Amino acid sequence: MTQLHSSAGEGRGSGATEPGVDQSGKKMTFGEGGLAFVFAVLSLSCITVAAKTHDAAYAFHAYLSAFASLAAVFVILNRYVDRPAALPAREIDGKPNYNFGPVKFATIAAMFWGIAGFLVGVIIAFQLAFPWLNLDLPWTAFGRLRPLHTSAVIFAFGGNVLIGTSFYVVQRTSRARLAGYLAPWFVVLGYNFFIVIAGTGYLLGITQSKEYAEPEWYADLWLTVVWVTYLLVYLATLWRRQEPHIYVANWFYLAFIVTIAMLHLGNNASIPVSVFSPKSYIVWSGVQDAMVQWWYGHNAVGFFLTAGFLAIMYYFIPKRADRPVYSYRLSIIHFWALIFIYIWAGPHHLHYTALPDWAQTLGMTFSIILWMPSWGGMINGLMTLSGAWDKLRTDPVLRMMVVSVAFYGMSTFEGPLMSVKSVNSLSHYTDWTIGHVHSGALGWVAYISFGAIYCLVPWLWQKRELYSLRLVNWHFWISTIGIVFYISAMWVAGILQGLMWRAYTSLGFLEYSFIETVEAMHPFYIIRALGGVLFLVGGLIMAFNIFMTIRQPETAEADTGARNPSLVPAE
Amino acid sequence: MAEAAAPKKSLWAKHAFLERNSIWLMIGILLVVAIGGLVEIVPLFYLKSTIEKVSGVRPWSPLELAGRNIYVREGCYNCHSQMIRPLRDEVERYGHYSLAAESMYDRPFQWGSKRTGPDLARVGNKYSDEWQRQHLADPRSVVPGSIMPGYPFLAQTPLKTYEIADDMKVNAVLGVPYSEAMIADALADLKTQATPDADGDGLTERYPGAQQRDFDGNPKVVSEADALIAYLQALGTMVDFKLYDDKANIR
Repeated sequence: MTQLHSSAGEGRGSGATEPGVDQSGKKMTFGEGGLAFVFAVLSLSCITVAAKTHDAAYAFHAYLSAFASLAAVFVILNRYVDRPAALPAREIDGKPNYNFGPVKFATIAAMFWGIAGFLVGVIIAFQLAFPWLNLDLPWTAFGRLRPLHTSAVIFAFGGNVLIGTSFYVVQRTSRARLAGYLAPWFVVLGYNFFIVIAGTGYLLGITQSKEYAEPEWYADLWLTVVWVTYLLVYLATLWRRQEPHIYVANWFYLAFIVTIAMLHLGNNASIPVSVFSPKSYIVWSGVQDAMVQWWYGHNAVGFFLTAGFLAIMYYFIPKRADRPVYSYRLSIIHFWALIFIYIWAGPHHLHYTALPDWAQTLGMTFSIILWMPSWGGMINGLMTLSGAWDKLRTDPVLRMMVVSVAFYGMSTFEGPLMSVKSVNSLSHYTDWTIGHVHSGALGWVAYISFGAIYCLVPWLWQKRELYSLRLVNWHFWISTIGIVFYISAMWVAGILQGLMWRAYTSLGFLEYSFIETVEAMHPFYIIRALGGVLFLVGGLIMAFNIFMTIRQPETAEADTGARNPSLVPAE
Repeated sequence: MAEAAAPKKSLWAKHAFLERNSIWLMIGILLVVAIGGLVEIVPLFYLKSTIEKVSGVRPWSPLELAGRNIYVREGCYNCHSQMIRPLRDEVERYGHYSLAAESMYDRPFQWGSKRTGPDLARVGNKYSDEWQRQHLADPRSVVPGSIMPGYPFLAQTPLKTYEIADDMKVNAVLGVPYSEAMIADALADLKTQATPDADGDGLTERYPGAQQRDFDGNPKVVSEADALIAYLQALGTMVDFKLYDDKANIR
């Protein structure tokens, strides 16, 4: 909360809220008054719900929401009292007065949730190797911790990276201050509150048990409100832009925001049992629910973990390499082909199931076609370095981002391969899938995020460079070894188990009982867990480096981001 | 910029329109991303071949539904699938491949995506109740190599039943054929199914084939283990595959 408060006069040169500041003629804006009122009402409703529900976990969430709403009312009013009469100017001396407070918060939150998510991942990896670690308690069992891990890394870590970088990029590329006074803070804080509700809910047994869409109806509703605000802030900032053209990174961010809204609403359509119950029932059932779920699930990959992070690639790699994007035309083709084709790929999660064959075939066909735009994007990212390849030797941050694009190419080749029905009959239900996901999640998503955060932190806190590039090097190599351990263990485990399941003796009997195939996984589960530990160690090194960078006393004389290299395409 | 380099008539130059108008860009994105989902999802609701009619499939009884909600709460789908594929080894290992009709009342579906443990689509009546409750409480006491978490608290936790009628009401609104009588008798049916000597005629009339007994070995209380085991024992048992005609629906 102190962060929220101190950012009232965010931006270079804008007046801090000291007593000497001109407060004459100050009026509360409609946004301040309205939002404080809404939160006050929300707080009262939450207390009512908490008092009337029979469900202890739900009551806990209601009290938590009531408390958070009250805190919001206090913060809004306090911020009003302290602020000068005029709201922060959009421009100071003809230069945009950027609002980086919410970006800073999201960056720190991403680092925090990243470490938390990697840690839970390591714990559940060891649980699979040593099941006594489940402790026989409800809230520490694998079934509740695994969604905590996936949500923490995808939505908490990834989501904060996306919101933070998008708020940064849209301001920079539009040369305009972020739209809204309270709205950007509402998005960032509201989103993180959603994470807290979702995560604590899983531990307490509140879940829809729809993969990657586990939060229950009330968390989904809250996220919808936050997300619509996010879209509006984003669009309104674009409308303020000084540049005639919307930069390519923003197309990807916009596609990510809009499509995730569509998927979220479609997949979470449900009817709660009552306002006083956390339980709801999804409006879809059986085979239709399966199709809607993987339409959502695969495009959470396509639009959350791909489109959004491609936006990061399109901004941060050219910036860091100081080169323009390789091809403007390729980025147009890449964009439209990728978002059109991705949506169709969902049914490849349902090969050989009770989903009709025509849908499976469509899903497989489009998954294979998807290879093309994916590699088009990879080429566009990698070739941006032409003329600057030597920087890979000297700049470990750039190296991390380039390796992430290489991992993107690898996992977007593996994906279409696994979507072929005959390959899928072996790989589905095995750890091969887990390995595939992690080559994308660790190699691509996490690495491009790390690279972006390493770039952002000195820019945001106005430092000349990171505290230590040597530590970035250590981070890079330790976690790369971790990824290699992880994915190779999972390849072997998955293919081995798939082959054991279908192995027959010479007499025509199934060769292995199921439990024998589980026992065969043990050594690979240990190697995987150790790979995870290495990745976590890398994350801790990064957190230390970021912490020390922010604490550095030395400040860059001019904001490094101001030397805006040619973001315009090379033409 | 682009339009300076490309001749005016080029398609590349036309793209500048979208680059300059955020609303049209957004509308373009929405149109492009809507198509795939519409084509793949909408027909599933009106093509009759999506879910073939299969006799024997009925909605979950109140006790089974409560058990299913515990299955959902504990996130069992993280490790267990409920979808047997029509592959030789799977059919031999788990039984007849799963039919769409068998999960038509499941909200949400629990087909799963990972088999850290075995498929459960036809686990019903495969093991005794005694095996199930021991296995839930301490998996390694019956399967030494198992890596499943223990769930000893299920047998010690009384089942929350105050919401069962409301659960069924919502399902009925969504199209599950729960009659008003079924909803009115929900709580009674739930208790009857977990009580061995109770009169179960009404129960089996409303839910044909529902198994009635004390599932958790403790007749004094209807526990969460009672409900979960009742659900597990019902999984995949509704269709009689001696009577089911595999060829009937081939076109």
